[in-house]
Amino acid sequence: MSVADTPRREWLLSDQPTSRRQARLGQMYRTWLAFRQNKLAMIGLGIVLLLVLVAIFADLIAPYDPLISGDLRTARLVPPSWDHLMGTDDQARDIFSRVVHGSRLTLMVVALVAIIATPIGLLVGTTAGYFGGWTDTILMRITDIFLAFPRLILALAFVAALGPGIENAIIAIAITSWPPYARLARAETLTIRDTDYIAAIRLQGASSLRIISGHVVPLCLSSVIIRVTLDMAGIILTAAGLGFLGLGAQPPQPEWGAMIAAGRRFLLDFWWVATMPGIAIFTVSLGFNLLGDGLRDVLDPKGRG
Amino acid sequence: MALLDIKDLNVTFSKGAERVHAVRGVSFAVAEGESYGIVGESGSGKSTVLRAICGLAPVTGGTIRIDGQQLADDRRPDFYRKVQMVFQDPYASLHPRHTVDKVLSEPLAIHGFSDRETRVEQALEDVGLGKGFRFRYPHQLSGGQRQRVAIARALILEPRILLLDEPTSALDASIQAEVLNLLDRIRGERGLTYVLVSHDLSVVAHMCERLMVMQHGQAVEEMTRASLQSRSATQDYTRKLLIASLGYRAAQEEQAS
Repeated sequence: MSVADTPRREWLLSDQPTSRRQARLGQMYRTWLAFRQNKLAMIGLGIVLLLVLVAIFADLIAPYDPLISGDLRTARLVPPSWDHLMGTDDQARDIFSRVVHGSRLTLMVVALVAIIATPIGLLVGTTAGYFGGWTDTILMRITDIFLAFPRLILALAFVAALGPGIENAIIAIAITSWPPYARLARAETLTIRDTDYIAAIRLQGASSLRIISGHVVPLCLSSVIIRVTLDMAGIILTAAGLGFLGLGAQPPQPEWGAMIAAGRRFLLDFWWVATMPGIAIFTVSLGFNLLGDGLRDVLDPKGRG
Repeated sequence: MALLDIKDLNVTFSKGAERVHAVRGVSFAVAEGESYGIVGESGSGKSTVLRAICGLAPVTGGTIRIDGQQLADDRRPDFYRKVQMVFQDPYASLHPRHTVDKVLSEPLAIHGFSDRETRVEQALEDVGLGKGFRFRYPHQLSGGQRQRVAIARALILEPRILLLDEPTSALDASIQAEVLNLLDRIRGERGLTYVLVSHDLSVVAHMCERLMVMQHGQAVEEMTRASLQSRSATQDYTRKLLIASLGYRAAQEEQAS
Protein backbone atom coordinates (compact mmCIF):
# COMPACT_ATOMS: atom_id res chain seq x y z
CA MET A 1 0.00 0.00 0.00
CA SER A 2 1.40 3.38 -0.98
CA VAL A 3 1.98 6.23 1.45
CA ALA A 4 -0.76 8.37 -0.10
CA ASP A 5 -3.36 5.72 0.74
CA THR A 6 -2.54 5.58 4.43
CA PRO A 7 -4.60 8.56 5.70
CA ARG A 8 -7.62 7.36 3.79
CA ARG A 9 -7.18 3.90 5.26
CA GLU A 10 -6.96 5.33 8.74
CA TRP A 11 -10.02 7.45 8.10
CA LEU A 12 -11.93 4.35 7.04
CA LEU A 13 -10.76 2.20 9.93
CA SER A 14 -11.20 4.90 12.58
CA ASP A 15 -12.66 3.74 15.88
CA GLN A 16 -14.40 7.08 16.29
CA PRO A 17 -16.12 7.95 13.04
CA THR A 18 -17.40 11.51 12.96
CA SER A 19 -20.23 11.12 10.47
CA ARG A 20 -22.80 8.61 9.32
CA ARG A 21 -21.03 8.31 5.98
CA GLN A 22 -17.68 7.54 7.56
CA ALA A 23 -19.22 4.88 9.81
CA ARG A 24 -20.94 3.21 6.87
CA LEU A 25 -17.95 3.39 4.55
CA GLY A 26 -15.69 2.12 7.31
CA GLN A 27 -17.96 -0.85 7.85
CA MET A 28 -17.96 -1.59 4.13
CA TYR A 29 -14.17 -1.28 3.97
CA ARG A 30 -13.78 -3.75 6.84
CA THR A 31 -16.04 -6.22 5.04
CA TRP A 32 -14.00 -5.73 1.87
CA LEU A 33 -10.73 -6.35 3.75
CA ALA A 34 -12.16 -9.61 5.10
CA PHE A 35 -13.45 -10.57 1.66
CA ARG A 36 -10.09 -9.85 0.05
CA GLN A 37 -8.44 -12.50 2.21
CA ASN A 38 -10.39 -15.19 0.38
CA LYS A 39 -8.53 -15.98 -2.88
CA LEU A 40 -11.26 -18.15 -4.39
CA ALA A 41 -13.90 -15.53 -3.66
CA MET A 42 -11.73 -12.94 -5.40
CA ILE A 43 -11.52 -15.24 -8.44
CA GLY A 44 -15.32 -15.52 -8.35
CA LEU A 45 -15.66 -11.76 -8.12
CA GLY A 46 -13.22 -11.42 -11.02
CA ILE A 47 -15.29 -13.76 -13.19
CA VAL A 48 -18.52 -11.93 -12.38
CA LEU A 49 -16.92 -8.52 -13.06
CA LEU A 50 -15.54 -9.90 -16.33
CA LEU A 51 -19.06 -11.03 -17.27
CA VAL A 52 -20.37 -7.54 -16.56
CA LEU A 53 -17.58 -5.87 -18.57
CA VAL A 54 -18.01 -8.26 -21.50
CA ALA A 55 -21.75 -7.60 -21.46
CA ILE A 56 -21.23 -3.82 -21.45
CA PHE A 57 -18.58 -3.81 -24.18
CA ALA A 58 -19.99 -6.70 -26.21
CA ASP A 59 -20.17 -4.54 -29.35
CA LEU A 60 -16.49 -3.65 -29.12
CA ILE A 61 -15.26 -7.11 -28.18
CA ALA A 62 -17.19 -9.19 -30.67
CA PRO A 63 -15.40 -9.22 -34.06
CA TYR A 64 -18.47 -10.32 -36.02
CA ASP A 65 -22.20 -9.74 -35.91
CA PRO A 66 -23.78 -12.37 -33.64
CA LEU A 67 -26.99 -12.65 -35.65
CA ILE A 68 -26.04 -12.29 -39.32
CA SER A 69 -24.65 -15.37 -41.03
CA GLY A 70 -21.30 -15.41 -42.81
CA ASP A 71 -20.69 -17.05 -46.17
CA LEU A 72 -22.73 -20.22 -45.92
CA ARG A 73 -20.61 -22.02 -48.57
CA THR A 74 -17.21 -21.51 -47.03
CA ALA A 75 -17.65 -20.40 -43.39
CA ARG A 76 -19.98 -23.05 -41.95
CA LEU A 77 -18.77 -25.11 -38.96
CA VAL A 78 -15.19 -23.87 -39.24
CA PRO A 79 -13.05 -25.16 -36.35
CA PRO A 80 -11.50 -22.65 -33.92
CA SER A 81 -8.76 -20.57 -35.55
CA TRP A 82 -7.36 -17.03 -35.26
CA ASP A 83 -10.11 -15.80 -37.58
CA HIS A 84 -12.82 -17.44 -35.51
CA LEU A 85 -11.55 -17.95 -31.95
CA MET A 86 -14.29 -20.41 -31.10
CA GLY A 87 -15.09 -21.55 -34.65
CA THR A 88 -18.39 -21.00 -36.42
CA ASP A 89 -21.76 -22.70 -36.20
CA ASP A 90 -23.99 -24.29 -38.83
CA GLN A 91 -25.29 -20.85 -39.86
CA ALA A 92 -21.67 -19.68 -40.42
CA ARG A 93 -21.94 -17.28 -37.43
CA ASP A 94 -18.87 -16.62 -35.33
CA ILE A 95 -19.38 -18.48 -32.04
CA PHE A 96 -17.06 -16.17 -30.08
CA SER A 97 -19.20 -13.17 -31.04
CA ARG A 98 -22.33 -15.05 -30.09
CA VAL A 99 -20.92 -16.10 -26.73
CA VAL A 100 -19.87 -12.49 -26.05
CA HIS A 101 -23.32 -11.16 -26.91
CA GLY A 102 -24.94 -14.03 -25.03
CA SER A 103 -23.37 -12.66 -21.83
CA ARG A 104 -25.88 -9.80 -22.06
CA LEU A 105 -28.81 -12.19 -22.05
CA THR A 106 -27.31 -14.21 -19.21
CA LEU A 107 -26.65 -11.12 -17.15
CA MET A 108 -30.13 -9.79 -17.86
CA VAL A 109 -31.73 -13.05 -16.74
CA VAL A 110 -29.64 -13.21 -13.57
CA ALA A 111 -30.16 -9.54 -12.66
CA LEU A 112 -33.88 -9.46 -13.36
CA VAL A 113 -34.55 -12.70 -11.51
CA ALA A 114 -32.59 -11.38 -8.51
CA ILE A 115 -34.42 -8.05 -8.61
CA ILE A 116 -37.85 -9.69 -8.85
CA ALA A 117 -37.43 -12.75 -6.63
CA THR A 118 -35.38 -11.34 -3.72
CA PRO A 119 -37.87 -8.64 -2.62
CA ILE A 120 -40.82 -11.04 -2.94
CA GLY A 121 -39.03 -13.65 -0.86
CA LEU A 122 -37.91 -11.13 1.74
CA LEU A 123 -41.34 -9.53 2.01
CA VAL A 124 -43.23 -12.82 2.33
CA GLY A 125 -40.69 -14.37 4.70
CA THR A 126 -40.23 -11.45 7.07
CA THR A 127 -43.96 -10.69 7.21
CA ALA A 128 -44.81 -14.32 7.94
CA GLY A 129 -42.07 -14.63 10.54
CA TYR A 130 -42.73 -11.33 12.28
CA PHE A 131 -46.51 -11.57 12.64
CA GLY A 132 -46.73 -15.34 13.10
CA GLY A 133 -50.14 -16.93 13.66
CA TRP A 134 -52.54 -16.94 10.76
CA THR A 135 -50.46 -14.64 8.59
CA ASP A 136 -47.59 -17.06 8.94
CA THR A 137 -49.71 -20.12 8.22
CA ILE A 138 -51.30 -18.69 5.09
CA LEU A 139 -48.12 -17.23 3.61
CA MET A 140 -46.01 -20.28 4.30
CA ARG A 141 -48.61 -22.71 2.89
CA ILE A 142 -48.60 -20.66 -0.33
CA THR A 143 -44.81 -20.89 -0.29
CA ASP A 144 -45.06 -24.64 0.26
CA ILE A 145 -47.27 -24.99 -2.80
CA PHE A 146 -44.59 -23.31 -4.92
CA LEU A 147 -41.87 -25.41 -3.31
CA ALA A 148 -43.76 -28.62 -3.99
CA PHE A 149 -43.02 -28.46 -7.72
CA PRO A 150 -39.59 -29.11 -9.15
CA ARG A 151 -38.30 -25.75 -10.29
CA LEU A 152 -37.71 -26.51 -13.97
CA ILE A 153 -41.09 -28.23 -14.29
CA LEU A 154 -42.92 -25.25 -12.78
CA ALA A 155 -40.92 -22.85 -14.97
CA LEU A 156 -41.81 -25.01 -17.98
CA ALA A 157 -45.49 -24.83 -17.06
CA PHE A 158 -45.35 -21.04 -16.70
CA VAL A 159 -43.49 -20.59 -19.97
CA ALA A 160 -45.93 -22.91 -21.68
CA ALA A 161 -48.79 -20.78 -20.36
CA LEU A 162 -47.15 -17.41 -21.04
CA GLY A 163 -45.58 -18.37 -24.37
CA PRO A 164 -41.91 -18.95 -25.18
CA GLY A 165 -39.43 -16.10 -25.06
CA ILE A 166 -36.65 -14.76 -22.87
CA GLU A 167 -38.91 -12.31 -20.98
CA ASN A 168 -41.38 -15.02 -20.06
CA ALA A 169 -38.52 -17.31 -19.10
CA ILE A 170 -37.29 -14.61 -16.69
CA ILE A 171 -40.77 -14.20 -15.18
CA ALA A 172 -41.14 -17.97 -14.85
CA ILE A 173 -37.76 -18.37 -13.18
CA ALA A 174 -38.44 -15.46 -10.83
CA ILE A 175 -41.82 -16.92 -9.84
CA THR A 176 -40.22 -20.25 -9.09
CA SER A 177 -37.16 -19.00 -7.23
CA TRP A 178 -38.62 -16.80 -4.44
CA PRO A 179 -39.96 -19.55 -2.11
CA PRO A 180 -36.56 -20.65 -0.75
CA TYR A 181 -35.75 -16.99 0.04
CA ALA A 182 -39.06 -16.62 1.85
CA ARG A 183 -38.27 -19.71 3.90
CA LEU A 184 -34.82 -18.44 4.74
CA ALA A 185 -36.05 -14.94 5.62
CA ARG A 186 -38.79 -16.38 7.83
CA ALA A 187 -36.36 -18.60 9.70
CA GLU A 188 -34.05 -15.64 10.32
CA THR A 189 -36.98 -13.44 11.35
CA LEU A 190 -38.14 -15.99 13.91
CA THR A 191 -34.79 -15.77 15.67
CA ILE A 192 -34.74 -11.95 15.46
CA ARG A 193 -38.37 -11.34 16.43
CA ASP A 194 -38.05 -12.06 20.14
CA THR A 195 -34.72 -10.36 20.75
CA ASP A 196 -34.43 -7.45 23.14
CA TYR A 197 -33.52 -4.94 20.45
CA ILE A 198 -36.79 -5.61 18.65
CA ALA A 199 -38.63 -5.34 21.99
CA ALA A 200 -36.77 -2.07 22.58
CA ILE A 201 -37.76 -0.51 19.27
CA ARG A 202 -41.33 -1.70 19.78
CA LEU A 203 -41.24 0.11 23.11
CA GLN A 204 -40.19 3.24 21.28
CA GLY A 205 -43.53 3.07 19.52
CA ALA A 206 -42.28 1.94 16.10
CA SER A 207 -44.87 0.58 13.67
CA SER A 208 -44.65 -2.98 12.36
CA LEU A 209 -43.73 -1.62 8.93
CA ARG A 210 -40.80 0.31 10.39
CA ILE A 211 -39.63 -2.65 12.45
CA ILE A 212 -39.76 -5.06 9.54
CA SER A 213 -38.17 -2.77 6.98
CA GLY A 214 -35.63 -1.07 9.21
CA HIS A 215 -34.71 -3.72 11.74
CA VAL A 216 -35.62 -7.20 10.54
CA VAL A 217 -34.86 -6.99 6.82
CA PRO A 218 -31.28 -5.68 7.20
CA LEU A 219 -30.43 -8.70 9.33
CA CYS A 220 -32.08 -11.17 6.93
CA LEU A 221 -30.62 -9.48 3.89
CA SER A 222 -27.11 -10.87 4.10
CA SER A 223 -28.13 -14.51 4.28
CA VAL A 224 -30.64 -13.96 1.49
CA ILE A 225 -27.99 -12.24 -0.66
CA ILE A 226 -25.65 -15.17 -0.08
CA ARG A 227 -28.37 -17.59 -1.05
CA VAL A 228 -29.28 -15.59 -4.16
CA THR A 229 -25.66 -15.46 -5.27
CA LEU A 230 -25.28 -19.19 -4.78
CA ASP A 231 -28.53 -19.69 -6.69
CA MET A 232 -27.30 -17.60 -9.62
CA ALA A 233 -25.62 -20.67 -11.12
CA GLY A 234 -28.91 -22.54 -10.85
CA ILE A 235 -30.77 -19.63 -12.42
CA ILE A 236 -28.33 -19.52 -15.34
CA LEU A 237 -28.69 -23.28 -15.76
CA THR A 238 -32.49 -23.07 -15.62
CA ALA A 239 -32.46 -20.28 -18.20
CA ALA A 240 -30.08 -22.34 -20.32
CA GLY A 241 -32.29 -25.39 -19.80
CA LEU A 242 -35.37 -23.48 -20.96
CA GLY A 243 -33.33 -22.20 -23.91
CA PHE A 244 -32.17 -25.74 -24.62
CA LEU A 245 -35.77 -26.95 -24.69
CA GLY A 246 -36.68 -24.10 -27.04
CA LEU A 247 -38.85 -22.32 -24.46
CA GLY A 248 -36.44 -19.59 -23.44
CA ALA A 249 -34.61 -17.31 -25.84
CA GLN A 250 -35.78 -17.75 -29.41
CA PRO A 251 -33.51 -18.04 -32.47
CA PRO A 252 -31.52 -16.18 -33.61
CA GLN A 253 -30.86 -14.75 -30.11
CA PRO A 254 -27.41 -15.87 -28.94
CA GLU A 255 -28.52 -17.43 -25.64
CA TRP A 256 -25.98 -19.94 -24.34
CA GLY A 257 -28.43 -22.75 -23.58
CA ALA A 258 -30.10 -22.40 -26.98
CA MET A 259 -26.65 -22.46 -28.61
CA ILE A 260 -25.85 -25.75 -26.90
CA ALA A 261 -29.17 -27.13 -28.08
CA ALA A 262 -28.33 -26.12 -31.66
CA GLY A 263 -24.87 -27.66 -31.44
CA ARG A 264 -25.87 -31.00 -29.94
CA ARG A 265 -26.92 -32.35 -33.33
CA PHE A 266 -23.32 -32.43 -34.47
CA LEU A 267 -21.55 -32.71 -31.14
CA LEU A 268 -19.24 -35.55 -32.25
CA ASP A 269 -18.12 -34.08 -35.58
CA PHE A 270 -18.07 -30.39 -34.71
CA TRP A 271 -17.53 -30.39 -30.93
CA TRP A 272 -16.85 -26.66 -30.58
CA VAL A 273 -20.37 -25.58 -31.49
CA ALA A 274 -21.88 -26.93 -28.26
CA THR A 275 -18.74 -26.89 -26.12
CA MET A 276 -17.91 -23.17 -26.29
CA PRO A 277 -21.20 -21.86 -24.85
CA GLY A 278 -21.01 -24.79 -22.40
CA ILE A 279 -17.66 -23.54 -21.14
CA ALA A 280 -19.14 -20.06 -20.81
CA ILE A 281 -22.05 -21.35 -18.68
CA PHE A 282 -19.66 -23.43 -16.60
CA THR A 283 -17.30 -20.51 -15.97
CA VAL A 284 -20.00 -18.03 -15.01
CA SER A 285 -21.78 -20.54 -12.76
CA LEU A 286 -18.51 -21.31 -11.04
CA GLY A 287 -17.81 -17.59 -10.64
CA PHE A 288 -21.14 -16.96 -8.91
CA ASN A 289 -20.67 -19.97 -6.65
CA LEU A 290 -17.21 -18.87 -5.56
CA LEU A 291 -18.48 -15.34 -4.99
CA GLY A 292 -21.41 -16.63 -2.94
CA ASP A 293 -19.12 -18.76 -0.81
CA GLY A 294 -16.87 -15.80 -0.14
CA LEU A 295 -19.83 -13.57 0.70
CA ARG A 296 -21.06 -16.16 3.15
CA ASP A 297 -17.73 -16.05 4.94
CA VAL A 298 -17.80 -12.28 5.42
CA LEU A 299 -21.52 -11.50 5.68
CA ASP A 300 -22.94 -14.38 7.68
CA PRO A 301 -24.05 -12.74 10.93
CA LYS A 302 -23.44 -15.95 12.84
CA GLY A 303 -19.79 -15.91 11.84
CA ARG A 304 -19.14 -12.57 13.55
CA GLY A 305 -19.84 -11.07 16.94
CA MET B 1 -51.81 9.40 44.13
CA ALA B 2 -49.45 6.77 42.86
CA LEU B 3 -47.92 7.31 39.42
CA LEU B 4 -47.86 3.62 38.68
CA ASP B 5 -50.56 1.51 40.24
CA ILE B 6 -50.77 -2.20 39.61
CA LYS B 7 -53.60 -4.27 41.01
CA ASP B 8 -53.95 -8.04 40.96
CA LEU B 9 -51.77 -8.48 37.86
CA ASN B 10 -51.89 -11.88 36.20
CA VAL B 11 -49.76 -13.00 33.27
CA THR B 12 -50.27 -16.34 31.56
CA PHE B 13 -48.17 -17.51 28.64
CA SER B 14 -49.93 -20.10 26.55
CA LYS B 15 -48.53 -22.04 23.66
CA GLY B 16 -50.92 -24.65 22.33
CA ALA B 17 -52.19 -26.61 25.30
CA GLU B 18 -49.27 -25.58 27.52
CA ARG B 19 -49.93 -22.79 30.00
CA VAL B 20 -47.50 -21.05 32.26
CA HIS B 21 -48.98 -18.82 34.93
CA ALA B 22 -45.95 -16.56 35.35
CA VAL B 23 -47.41 -13.79 37.49
CA ARG B 24 -50.23 -14.47 39.98
CA GLY B 25 -52.11 -11.60 41.47
CA VAL B 26 -49.30 -9.14 42.07
CA SER B 27 -50.21 -5.66 43.31
CA PHE B 28 -48.02 -2.68 44.06
CA ALA B 29 -47.99 1.08 43.73
CA VAL B 30 -45.11 3.41 43.02
CA ALA B 31 -45.28 7.11 43.82
CA GLU B 32 -43.83 9.79 41.56
CA GLY B 33 -40.08 10.12 42.06
CA GLU B 34 -39.86 6.90 44.03
CA SER B 35 -37.57 4.00 43.26
CA TYR B 36 -39.20 0.63 43.72
CA GLY B 37 -37.39 -2.71 43.68
CA ILE B 38 -38.62 -6.16 42.78
CA VAL B 39 -36.44 -8.97 44.06
CA GLY B 40 -36.63 -12.68 43.54
CA GLU B 41 -34.84 -15.74 42.25
CA SER B 42 -34.70 -16.68 38.57
CA GLY B 43 -38.12 -17.58 37.23
CA SER B 44 -40.00 -15.78 39.99
CA GLY B 45 -41.78 -13.63 37.42
CA LYS B 46 -40.12 -10.35 38.33
CA SER B 47 -39.02 -9.48 34.79
CA THR B 48 -42.39 -10.56 33.46
CA VAL B 49 -44.05 -7.88 35.60
CA LEU B 50 -41.98 -5.24 33.78
CA ARG B 51 -42.71 -6.75 30.39
CA ALA B 52 -46.41 -6.84 31.22
CA ILE B 53 -46.36 -3.12 32.00
CA CYS B 54 -44.82 -2.48 28.59
CA GLY B 55 -47.27 -4.72 26.77
CA LEU B 56 -44.56 -7.24 25.88
CA ALA B 57 -46.16 -10.01 27.96
CA PRO B 58 -49.81 -11.14 27.79
CA VAL B 59 -51.77 -9.67 30.70
CA THR B 60 -54.61 -12.05 31.58
CA GLY B 61 -56.02 -10.28 34.58
CA GLY B 62 -55.80 -7.22 36.78
CA THR B 63 -55.26 -3.55 35.99
CA ILE B 64 -52.28 -1.33 35.32
CA ARG B 65 -52.83 2.37 35.89
CA ILE B 66 -50.47 5.18 35.06
CA ASP B 67 -51.44 8.58 36.43
CA GLY B 68 -54.78 7.05 37.37
CA GLN B 69 -55.51 6.09 33.78
CA GLN B 70 -55.97 2.43 33.06
CA LEU B 71 -53.86 1.16 30.16
CA ALA B 72 -55.69 -0.25 27.17
CA ASP B 73 -54.56 -3.56 25.69
CA ASP B 74 -52.87 -1.73 22.84
CA ARG B 75 -50.42 0.83 24.13
CA ARG B 76 -50.93 4.29 22.66
CA PRO B 77 -48.01 6.37 21.35
CA ASP B 78 -48.08 8.64 24.41
CA PHE B 79 -47.48 5.59 26.62
CA TYR B 80 -44.02 5.16 25.11
CA ARG B 81 -43.19 8.74 25.99
CA LYS B 82 -44.11 8.10 29.61
CA VAL B 83 -42.61 4.67 30.18
CA GLN B 84 -39.34 3.27 28.88
CA MET B 85 -37.31 0.21 29.71
CA VAL B 86 -33.65 -0.77 30.03
CA PHE B 87 -32.99 -4.42 29.31
CA GLN B 88 -30.82 -6.88 31.12
CA ASP B 89 -28.30 -7.90 28.50
CA PRO B 90 -26.66 -4.97 26.69
CA TYR B 91 -25.21 -7.44 24.18
CA ALA B 92 -28.72 -8.38 23.07
CA SER B 93 -30.56 -5.10 23.37
CA LEU B 94 -28.74 -3.12 20.65
CA HIS B 95 -29.32 -3.82 16.97
CA PRO B 96 -26.03 -5.21 15.62
CA ARG B 97 -26.23 -3.28 12.34
CA HIS B 98 -27.26 0.10 13.70
CA THR B 99 -24.88 2.82 14.84
CA VAL B 100 -25.40 4.52 18.19
CA ASP B 101 -26.62 7.54 16.23
CA LYS B 102 -29.30 5.48 14.50
CA VAL B 103 -30.35 3.85 17.78
CA LEU B 104 -30.84 7.23 19.42
CA SER B 105 -32.33 9.19 16.54
CA GLU B 106 -34.92 6.61 15.51
CA PRO B 107 -37.24 7.12 18.52
CA LEU B 108 -36.96 10.88 17.91
CA ALA B 109 -37.99 10.35 14.29
CA ILE B 110 -40.91 8.12 15.31
CA HIS B 111 -42.26 10.74 17.69
CA GLY B 112 -41.55 13.67 15.39
CA PHE B 113 -38.97 15.60 17.42
CA SER B 114 -37.41 18.43 15.48
CA ASP B 115 -34.00 19.17 17.05
CA ARG B 116 -32.70 15.62 16.74
CA GLU B 117 -29.02 16.46 16.30
CA THR B 118 -28.70 18.33 19.59
CA ARG B 119 -30.89 15.85 21.45
CA VAL B 120 -28.75 12.89 20.37
CA GLU B 121 -25.56 14.67 21.39
CA GLN B 122 -27.10 15.75 24.69
CA ALA B 123 -28.32 12.20 25.40
CA LEU B 124 -24.81 10.82 24.88
CA GLU B 125 -23.39 13.54 27.10
CA ASP B 126 -25.93 12.73 29.84
CA VAL B 127 -24.85 9.10 30.10
CA GLY B 128 -21.17 9.98 30.12
CA LEU B 129 -20.33 9.07 26.52
CA GLY B 130 -18.71 11.68 24.33
CA LYS B 131 -19.42 12.62 20.73
CA GLY B 132 -16.79 10.11 19.64
CA PHE B 133 -19.22 7.30 20.35
CA ARG B 134 -21.99 8.64 18.18
CA PHE B 135 -21.23 6.80 14.96
CA ARG B 136 -19.92 3.58 16.42
CA TYR B 137 -21.49 0.19 15.95
CA PRO B 138 -22.34 -1.94 19.02
CA HIS B 139 -19.46 -4.32 18.30
CA GLN B 140 -17.10 -1.37 18.79
CA LEU B 141 -18.40 -0.81 22.33
CA SER B 142 -17.76 -2.55 25.66
CA GLY B 143 -20.57 -3.98 27.77
CA GLY B 144 -20.72 -0.94 30.05
CA GLN B 145 -20.71 1.45 27.09
CA ARG B 146 -23.48 -0.54 25.46
CA GLN B 147 -25.58 -0.33 28.60
CA ARG B 148 -25.01 3.43 28.68
CA VAL B 149 -26.27 3.63 25.11
CA ALA B 150 -29.31 1.55 26.11
CA ILE B 151 -29.96 3.96 29.00
CA ALA B 152 -29.57 6.94 26.65
CA ARG B 153 -32.07 5.31 24.30
CA ALA B 154 -34.57 4.85 27.13
CA LEU B 155 -34.13 8.45 28.27
CA ILE B 156 -34.23 10.15 24.91
CA LEU B 157 -38.03 10.28 24.82
CA GLU B 158 -37.97 11.91 28.27
CA PRO B 159 -40.13 9.33 30.03
CA ARG B 160 -41.34 9.72 33.60
CA ILE B 161 -41.07 6.06 34.51
CA LEU B 162 -38.01 3.96 33.79
CA LEU B 163 -38.30 0.20 34.05
CA LEU B 164 -34.93 -1.39 34.77
CA ASP B 165 -34.67 -5.11 34.15
CA GLU B 166 -31.51 -6.22 35.95
CA PRO B 167 -29.59 -3.38 34.31
CA THR B 168 -26.24 -4.40 35.75
CA SER B 169 -26.33 -8.17 36.09
CA ALA B 170 -24.52 -8.72 32.79
CA LEU B 171 -21.70 -6.32 33.70
CA ASP B 172 -18.43 -6.55 35.63
CA ALA B 173 -18.53 -5.54 39.29
CA SER B 174 -16.61 -2.30 38.68
CA ILE B 175 -18.82 -1.31 35.74
CA GLN B 176 -21.93 -2.22 37.77
CA ALA B 177 -21.18 0.48 40.29
CA GLU B 178 -20.59 3.05 37.53
CA VAL B 179 -23.90 2.26 35.84
CA LEU B 180 -25.80 2.25 39.14
CA ASN B 181 -24.32 5.62 40.08
CA LEU B 182 -25.24 6.94 36.65
CA LEU B 183 -28.83 5.75 37.11
CA ASP B 184 -28.95 7.27 40.59
CA ARG B 185 -27.63 10.61 39.33
CA ILE B 186 -30.10 10.75 36.44
CA ARG B 187 -32.99 10.01 38.76
CA GLY B 188 -31.93 12.82 41.02
CA GLU B 189 -31.56 15.24 38.12
CA ARG B 190 -34.81 14.45 36.39
CA GLY B 191 -37.06 13.27 39.19
CA LEU B 192 -37.67 9.98 37.45
CA THR B 193 -39.62 7.08 38.85
CA TYR B 194 -37.79 3.75 38.76
CA VAL B 195 -39.00 0.19 38.94
CA LEU B 196 -35.88 -1.91 39.32
CA VAL B 197 -35.85 -5.67 38.99
CA SER B 198 -32.88 -7.52 40.39
CA HIS B 199 -31.85 -10.75 42.05
CA ASP B 200 -29.14 -8.84 43.88
CA LEU B 201 -30.37 -7.50 47.24
CA SER B 202 -27.41 -5.17 47.65
CA VAL B 203 -28.21 -3.46 44.34
CA VAL B 204 -31.82 -3.02 45.40
CA ALA B 205 -30.80 -1.82 48.87
CA HIS B 206 -28.56 0.78 47.23
CA MET B 207 -31.08 1.96 44.66
CA CYS B 208 -34.57 1.58 46.05
CA GLU B 209 -36.63 3.04 48.89
CA ARG B 210 -39.12 0.21 48.88
CA LEU B 211 -39.07 -3.28 47.48
CA MET B 212 -41.19 -6.33 46.90
CA VAL B 213 -39.98 -9.90 47.19
CA MET B 214 -41.40 -12.33 44.67
CA GLN B 215 -41.43 -16.09 44.49
CA HIS B 216 -43.22 -18.41 42.05
CA GLY B 217 -45.03 -15.50 40.45
CA GLN B 218 -46.46 -14.23 43.72
CA ALA B 219 -45.57 -11.33 45.95
CA VAL B 220 -44.11 -12.68 49.17
CA GLU B 221 -43.45 -9.51 51.12
CA GLU B 222 -43.13 -5.77 50.73
CA MET B 223 -40.31 -4.06 52.61
CA THR B 224 -38.76 -0.66 53.01
CA ARG B 225 -35.06 0.02 52.68
CA ALA B 226 -34.82 0.45 56.46
CA SER B 227 -36.38 -2.92 57.19
CA LEU B 228 -34.11 -4.51 54.61
CA GLN B 229 -31.04 -3.00 56.21
CA SER B 230 -32.11 -4.03 59.71
CA ARG B 231 -32.92 -7.41 58.15
CA SER B 232 -36.29 -7.59 59.83
CA ALA B 233 -38.11 -9.78 57.35
CA THR B 234 -41.42 -11.28 58.31
CA GLN B 235 -41.49 -14.11 55.80
CA ASP B 236 -39.34 -17.23 55.77
CA TYR B 237 -38.48 -16.93 52.11
CA THR B 238 -37.27 -13.35 52.50
CA ARG B 239 -35.05 -14.41 55.40
CA LYS B 240 -33.53 -17.16 53.26
CA LEU B 241 -32.96 -14.67 50.49
CA LEU B 242 -31.27 -12.30 52.93
CA ILE B 243 -28.96 -15.04 54.18
CA ALA B 244 -28.17 -16.11 50.62
CA SER B 245 -27.25 -12.55 49.74
CA LEU B 246 -24.47 -12.57 52.35
CA GLY B 247 -22.42 -14.98 50.29
CA TYR B 248 -21.42 -18.57 50.95
CA ARG B 249 -19.18 -18.23 53.98
CA ALA B 250 -21.22 -15.59 55.77
CA ALA B 251 -24.35 -17.65 55.21
CA GLN B 252 -22.72 -20.66 56.83
CA GLU B 253 -21.77 -18.65 59.90
CA GLU B 254 -25.24 -17.16 60.11
CA GLN B 255 -26.82 -20.59 60.08
CA ALA B 256 -24.37 -21.94 62.64
CA SER B 257 -25.05 -19.19 65.16
